[in-house]
Amino acid sequence: MIESYLRAFERTPAPGGTTAPDWARSLRLSAITRFETLGFPSTANEDWHFTSVAPIAEREFTLLGPPKHGVTPAQIAPFSFGSADWHTLVFVNGRFDATLSSSASLPDGVTLLPLARAYDELPLLVEQYLGKVAAYEGDTFTALNTAFLDDGAVVHVANDVEVARPIHLLYVADAGASNGAAQPHNLIVLDRFAKATVIETYAGLGDGSYFTNAVTEAVVGDGATLTHLKLQRESAKAYHVGTLDVRQARDSHLVSFSFATGAALSRTNIYTELRGEGCGATLNGLYLGDGDQHIDHQTRIEHVEPNCYSRELYKGILDGSAHGVFNGKVYVHPEAQKTDGKQTNNTLLLSEKAQIDTKPQLEIFADDVKCTHGATVGRLDETSLFYMKSRGINARTARELLTYAFAADVLETIELTEVREGLEAATLRRYAASV
Amino acid sequence: MLEIKGLRATVADKEILRGIDLTVNAGEIHAVMGPNGSGKSTLAQVLAGHPAYVVTGGTVTYEGEDLLAMDAEVRAQAGLFLAFQYPVEIPGVSNAYFLRAAYNEIRKARGEEEIDPMSFADLMDEKMQLVEMDPSMLSRSVNTGFSGGEKKRNEILQMAVLAPKLAVLDETDSGLDIDALRIVAHGVNSLKRPDNATIVVTHYQRLLNYIVPDYVHVLASGRIVRSGGKELAVELEAKGYDWLLEEAVA
Repeated sequence: MIESYLRAFERTPAPGGTTAPDWARSLRLSAITRFETLGFPSTANEDWHFTSVAPIAEREFTLLGPPKHGVTPAQIAPFSFGSADWHTLVFVNGRFDATLSSSASLPDGVTLLPLARAYDELPLLVEQYLGKVAAYEGDTFTALNTAFLDDGAVVHVANDVEVARPIHLLYVADAGASNGAAQPHNLIVLDRFAKATVIETYAGLGDGSYFTNAVTEAVVGDGATLTHLKLQRESAKAYHVGTLDVRQARDSHLVSFSFATGAALSRTNIYTELRGEGCGATLNGLYLGDGDQHIDHQTRIEHVEPNCYSRELYKGILDGSAHGVFNGKVYVHPEAQKTDGKQTNNTLLLSEKAQIDTKPQLEIFADDVKCTHGATVGRLDETSLFYMKSRGINARTARELLTYAFAADVLETIELTEVREGLEAATLRRYAASV
Repeated sequence: MLEIKGLRATVADKEILRGIDLTVNAGEIHAVMGPNGSGKSTLAQVLAGHPAYVVTGGTVTYEGEDLLAMDAEVRAQAGLFLAFQYPVEIPGVSNAYFLRAAYNEIRKARGEEEIDPMSFADLMDEKMQLVEMDPSMLSRSVNTGFSGGEKKRNEILQMAVLAPKLAVLDETDSGLDIDALRIVAHGVNSLKRPDNATIVVTHYQRLLNYIVPDYVHVLASGRIVRSGGKELAVELEAKGYDWLLEEAVA
């Protein structure tokens, strides 16, 4: 219901309390206008062909308020992988929570702030990039997010600085959160030769039916490397739309992993533009669905300049009546000669009713490129099952191990040990209970 | 130990085995030879319980039990082992994990305690030396990215760890250079005991220079057309298979 958002917009006087600058108010105003014009996409829209957003569009979500009962460190502990020394900003129902956060002892040259403070402390940087990387003109959900731009995280890493410990942006919906929406907006800027790992977690602490609509904009400077992990672990009844929009400069690298297991309906967009020569982008992901879950991923890699590579491996395991969608777009612009692109999407279906729509889309306008894509959909490999059984491993264990292994194959690409091992352990528990 | 009588089997409705008779006793090594398409590998797969092969006649008695009534994993737990001609890659499952899971299942089936990881590591050290495998292979996914020789050595490593009563080696020599062949043969010979037995399925006599069989059987068109001692293998090497096939037809 577009009208409910328009009314909510009228009622929300100023973003970020009173700290937001005038340009941010203008940005919000033009975004709400754009949202009103675009409306929610129907399945006639090519980008939403396999995903109906009616469950979101037909509901009336007000902005989530503060939790009735405070969120405790113990409640968020399961999402931090046992790592006490990460730089963590915690947001509850979309609002920054200083008491749960621990961003002390940041190295020199690294700034990590909630948006409201960034307006004061990094005014030029925020004005330069906010709302500029993730274009809201053509995307309803980004427009909606930008219209309600209010809270989120800003990460800035200066020239040549390598941030040793991961930065964790942890968004939780409290156990009582329901019928409300959160519109978090993050900005990550890595200057020349900077290096950082940023984890975004979206998690539900209860079983509420809330809506998270997140946007993260990232600018990766010359020779810089951004490792980005998005972990979508929303409550089973929640709705989640999350976009990562990256702009890469010369010789920069993006290593992205998207893990999606929560929410009744989720859509994750991972977009990057390789705007300089010598860039690399690695986009991997794993989606695990069951029940009536709908899990959609759309990736878009724009090869604008020559001599760049992209690697993409998305895998999924779907059980019950779960419905997965993978749409991987790779655009190779006319100037982008010597582009080397590889895209793979493999889905394992564990039940008759589970389904996947997979749509690789390569659009190549340069003539000297190497681009491949492949997709498989299937069940457990009988030959592998027989091989394991022929070694004495019983049929159930063999099935469980192979299911786990299917996921582990892509999880092992995660370099950050705590996250890799944490997700492997969770996946093992889920699919290989008897092992 | 193993008694095969009149065994017939089909794959995709095509009859491959047309009445095999073979008896293997403890302490013996049998070589099954034959040209391509004679049914050698099918025999090996049927013994291990591959679901794609349908047994249409005959009996197989293993240690007094009806082997054909057992699931593949029960056969393995009862001490039967097949070294695959084409070992399967399993990305995402480490070699060490796979071997320990298999080893523990087989111990459980024998009523023995599961082995603790430390003792298992010691066992692996010993067995890996036998097949000259680098310890780093243990942390890699099963057969994934292994060379042909590494895969075959990995099969023999599994055999060494699982210590079967009856091992069936399906063309373990194919695609191996002479060094790898020696290593594999040394592994097999070291595992020979008076109470176990081995069936070596091979196209070439070469392997039998290293693993000396007590009996040699020649398979053609799904039947054993000739049995003899190890000298039969030498004769086959010199004369090829054609003369036997002609005799069989005649």
